[in-house]
Amino acid sequence: MNLDQLSTGTGEWLSNQGPDSDVVISSRIRLARNVAGYPFLSTTGDTERMELYRTLEEAVSDLIRDDEAFVVDVDDADEIDRQLMVERHLISRQHATGDGSRGVAIWNDERRAIMMNEEDHLRIQVLRSGLQLEHLWNDIDEFDNRLSKVLDFAYDQQLGFLTACPTNVGTGIRVSVMVHLPALKLTQELDRVIRAARDMRLAVRGMFGEGTDAAGDLYQISNQTTLGKSEAEVIEQFDQDIIPKVVDYERAARGSLTKRHLHQLDDRIFRAYGILANARTIGTEESLALLSHLRMGVHTERFNGIDFQTLSDLFLHVQPAHLQKTASRPLDGAARSIARSALLRERLS
Amino acid sequence: MNFLCQKCNKQKAAVHIMDTFPEKRERHLCEDCAEQEGVIYKKSDETTNELLQEFLSQQKTSTSKKVTVEDAVCDECGTTIRDFQAKGQLGCPHCYHSLRRVIMPLIQRAHEGADQHVGKVPVRADEQVRKQTDLLRLRRELKDAVDQENYELAARLRDEIQSLESA
Ligand SMILES: [Zn+2]
Ligand SMILES: [Zn+2]
Repeated sequence: MNLDQLSTGTGEWLSNQGPDSDVVISSRIRLARNVAGYPFLSTTGDTERMELYRTLEEAVSDLIRDDEAFVVDVDDADEIDRQLMVERHLISRQHATGDGSRGVAIWNDERRAIMMNEEDHLRIQVLRSGLQLEHLWNDIDEFDNRLSKVLDFAYDQQLGFLTACPTNVGTGIRVSVMVHLPALKLTQELDRVIRAARDMRLAVRGMFGEGTDAAGDLYQISNQTTLGKSEAEVIEQFDQDIIPKVVDYERAARGSLTKRHLHQLDDRIFRAYGILANARTIGTEESLALLSHLRMGVHTERFNGIDFQTLSDLFLHVQPAHLQKTASRPLDGAARSIARSALLRERLS
Repeated sequence: MNFLCQKCNKQKAAVHIMDTFPEKRERHLCEDCAEQEGVIYKKSDETTNELLQEFLSQQKTSTSKKVTVEDAVCDECGTTIRDFQAKGQLGCPHCYHSLRRVIMPLIQRAHEGADQHVGKVPVRADEQVRKQTDLLRLRRELKDAVDQENYELAARLRDEIQSLESA
């Protein structure tokens, strides 16, 4: 497997198969780990950084069974490939744009990925569709155990796993759940979600868009506290508390839209379809905003002109690096908008 | 024109939104209310750097400290508080010990007051090795505590050392 092969499909995490997938797109857990005996990456020189990368790559590669995963040298990868991995949630933006020896091991089904030499020596992540944090925890816990048999992690009895930034120290765990909240956005009730999350010291962020608006109505809810709470306690906050609440709010909002504003709701959905199926040039943000309304239309059973697989594919393939990968060449913004509209027309006709 | 925020009626409206659902209307909100409604996003609640800046400014005003926090430096990797401030990252695992006086209050602020890990312990604990390094660390801390006449901490450290030695 390699990135070219990966790019034609869609990761399992976008597949709409998991529990509560009408609202919960995906769940992710990341663990930050550093190898004892090496400084953090802010103070390593080029040679030491390279040596560290070799050590990490070797340890990780040894744990890969029968071609289930492959390693990408991110420093060597071209810009489109780096961006592609960001769009597929396999690496962070920071990892894509940084410099120096660094890489990522990607499992073929994209459910697991390990960034090497990011902010911390290792960032292990597991990713799956719907709300399935317990599964994810079992998976990442087991893998972390396997890794810690071959690498000694920087660990302290009082402070737990030591990380480059003190905001991650302790468990080093970052749980993130991506939710789709188009109805709460339309009914202007997002503040309910944001307030509930803040009360629990959880962060809410828009997934796309540069700080102004969440294109595609996709939001990510993440924990911030990593010390003084066990991994199980953090996960429970999501599983038992905030996510069930958010799911209820969004379902209630969708229900009230279909009861009270059915014409306006249908108008939204079918206009979205009309534009997506007919535009001759269209940007990423507009595409995502309209695809979001189509997704809501499918889940409220107001629209059946598209299947989940196509919908998920489009959320990913309208993005810049995916379009360029499909075209097998770099495209400027204007050319991308034209290619994007062509893809949408083809898939929606 | 100066609108007041239509939601709280207190602050100046800074964000002007054209809603189109269920019908067209214009609304004017202050930044706080707009953020609460999910219309705009501020970057994050509190970044480490903000926490650190605030902490540093508090330290400067307290004159009782013999050593100012700016002088703290990691004896393992040479990272100073200024470096940490500039990069937002520590230099090595040992920084947690050598820059402890600055880092600990920051850690507590960032983690709801917590200062003790209660999660997973790595499997290959290598008990013996870990115990030794922990004892080294605790003894060093005990010495520091005594030097600073922090007897409450010293007593706690002595207890920790004893329980670890007998474990
Ligand atoms: Zn206001
Ligand atoms: Zn250091």
